[in-house]
Amino acid sequence: MASGNTLEVPRQDEPHHDGEPRRRDFLNIAAVAAAGVGGIAIVVPLINQMNPSADVLAQSTTDVDLSKIEAGQGIVTSFRKQPLFVRNLTPAEIAAADKVDVKTLRDPETLAQRTRGQKNWLITLGVCTHLGCIPQGITSGEDRGQFGGYFCPCHGSQYDTAARIRKGPAPKNLFVPEYKFTSPTTVTVG
Amino acid sequence: MSFPWAKHYEPKSGFTKWIDERLPLPRLVYGAVGAGYPVPRNLNYFWNFGVLAGAALAIQIVTGIVLAMHYAANGGVAFDSVEHIMRDVNGGWFLRYAHANGASMFFVVVYIHIFRGLFYGSYKAPREMIWLLGVTIFLLMMATAFMGYVLPWGQMSFWGAQVITGFFSAIPVVGDTIRIWLLGGYAPDDAALNRFFSLHYLLPFVIAGVIILHIWALHIPGSNNPTGVDVKGEQDTVPFHPYYTAKDGFGLGVFLFIFAALLFFAPNSLGHPDNYIPANALQTPAHIVPEWYFWPFYAILRAFTVDFIGIPAKLLGVLAMFGSILLLFFLPWLDSSPVRSANYRPLYRIFFWVLVADVLVLGWCGGSPATPLYVIISQISAAYYFAHFLIIIPIISRAERPTPLPNSITEAVLAKKGGTSPAHTALSGSAVPAE
Repeated sequence: MASGNTLEVPRQDEPHHDGEPRRRDFLNIAAVAAAGVGGIAIVVPLINQMNPSADVLAQSTTDVDLSKIEAGQGIVTSFRKQPLFVRNLTPAEIAAADKVDVKTLRDPETLAQRTRGQKNWLITLGVCTHLGCIPQGITSGEDRGQFGGYFCPCHGSQYDTAARIRKGPAPKNLFVPEYKFTSPTTVTVG
Repeated sequence: MSFPWAKHYEPKSGFTKWIDERLPLPRLVYGAVGAGYPVPRNLNYFWNFGVLAGAALAIQIVTGIVLAMHYAANGGVAFDSVEHIMRDVNGGWFLRYAHANGASMFFVVVYIHIFRGLFYGSYKAPREMIWLLGVTIFLLMMATAFMGYVLPWGQMSFWGAQVITGFFSAIPVVGDTIRIWLLGGYAPDDAALNRFFSLHYLLPFVIAGVIILHIWALHIPGSNNPTGVDVKGEQDTVPFHPYYTAKDGFGLGVFLFIFAALLFFAPNSLGHPDNYIPANALQTPAHIVPEWYFWPFYAILRAFTVDFIGIPAKLLGVLAMFGSILLLFFLPWLDSSPVRSANYRPLYRIFFWVLVADVLVLGWCGGSPATPLYVIISQISAAYYFAHFLIIIPIISRAERPTPLPNSITEAVLAKKGGTSPAHTALSGSAVPAE
C-alpha cells in the first residue's frame, strides 16, 4: 500500500466495538476446532495400529492332550506364543495347596478357584508375573522352590503347588487363562 | 557468539559473499564452532567428551544405516540375517562389531560427560537448560540402545524385550493393556521386532535434533570451565578454532585408538554369549542381564523385593529405576550452592567420589545374579544413590564453606603456571591449559 494513503481500512484483528463476536471470530474458532478434532481423529489409527493384529489374535486357542500326563508330571506347550504350563497335581500337592490360609496370600485365591472343576489339572501361563521370565519346576527335575510349585531364576519369585506367588518380587499368581474340557482328556485353552 | 569480543564472519571471496547473502550457513558454523566462538582458555581434557559423544553418534548413524541395508526385521530371519552380515556381507563383521561396540563407546563417553558436568557444576545457573536437554538425550539413548539390542533376535534380545516391556505391566490397572499395545502381541514377536527396528532407525535422528538444541543452549552462556568462574573478559577466552578444534581432534584420535583396540581385539568382550543363541520363547536364559551400561539401573530395579505401604515390589522397583534418572532433571534446583566447580567445594568433592563409587557398585550388582548378598548390596547402594541427590546435596550445598575462588580464569591459569594455585587438587592436576 502506498504511503500517505489516508483511506480508512477496517481492522480485522480488533474486537467488535459492542463486544459481539464477529463473523471472523466464529470462522476462526470453527476452523481451529475442526482442525483440532481432525488432528485427534488422525492420531487414533496411528496409535491403534500398534495393538495386536488380526493374525496375532487368531492364534488365540490351543488344544492340549492330557492323556499322556501322569500325576506329578507336567508339560510346557505354547499359547499365544507364550509358554503354557499344564500340570497334573498329585494328591499331596493338592492337599498342600488347600492347607494354605488364603487370607495370608499376596494374591488370595484357592486352588478350586484356579482350576476348572478338576483340581488336579493346574493350567497356567508359564510367565512369571514379575518381569516375564519362564519359571522352573514344570518338569520334576527342575528347582521348584521351597513351596514345591515353581521357581523363577531371574529374580527369585517362588510359587506354590497352585502356582500362587508366595515369596519374591512377583505381584500376582501365575495367570490362569480361559479354558474348558472338551473331552475327558482334552482341554481347549483360549 | 555470546561475548562482545567474538569475531564476526567476513566472507573473503565474491562467491562466499554471494552465499552469505543468500544462506548464511558458513556464518553459522563460524560463530558456533569456528573462530567466532570464544571459549574459556582453561578447559581440560574432560571437555573433550561432548565432541566425542557427537562423534560416537555419527559413527552409530553411519554404521547403522549400512547395516540396515543387510538386516531383515522378521522373527524368522532376523538372527540369520545378522549371521549373514557377519559371514557373507563384505566387511559386514567390521560394520556390525563397530556398531555394537560403538554403542558401548558412546555410553562410556556420555557417562564421563555426565560426571564431568556433576563435578564442575555445569548443571547450575545459567546452564540448567543444557543439563535438562542432556538428560533427555540420555533417556533417548537408553531407549535406542535397548531397541537396537533386540534386533539380532538372540536369547538376550528376546528376553531383554520381555523383561523391559514387562516394566510397563507394573502400571496399575492399564499396565497389561499398555504392554500388549507396545509389543503388538502377548509376547515379543514379529510385530515388536518390526516396530523396534523402525524406532531404532528413527530415534538417533531425534537425538541429533536434541543435540542441536543442547549446543544452542550451550552457546547462550558459553562453556563452563574447571574453575566454574564466569568469563570476565577477552583475556579469559580463546577462539574455538583453532584452539579447541585441535584439542578435540587430538582427543578424537585417542578415542578412535581405544575404539579400534576394542573392535579388533575384543569385539565380543562386552556382549553376552547367550545372544548368539536364536531367540526361544519357551526357554529363559538362566541369568538375564542387560548390556553393561544399564547395570546400575537394573540393580536399582532388582533392589525392591518386598511390598511397601501397599505398593507392590514390582511397581516400586520400576518407579525407582525410572526415578533414578528423572531425579537428574531436578538436580539444578537440589544443589543450591552458588559455587560450581568441586575444586572449591571440599565437602561436595568427597561426596562426588562416593557417588562415583556407589554407581560402580550398583553396576557390579546389576551385572551379577540376583543372589541375596547382591540384592542387599544393591539395596544399600540404591538407597545411597537417592540419598546423595535428595538429602546429601541439599544439606552440603548449605552447610559447606567453599575455598576461595580465583578472581578470574586468567588469574587461576597464571597462578597454576607459577605453581601456587589455591585450586591445586587431584582433578585439576590433570587439567591442561589450552595454549
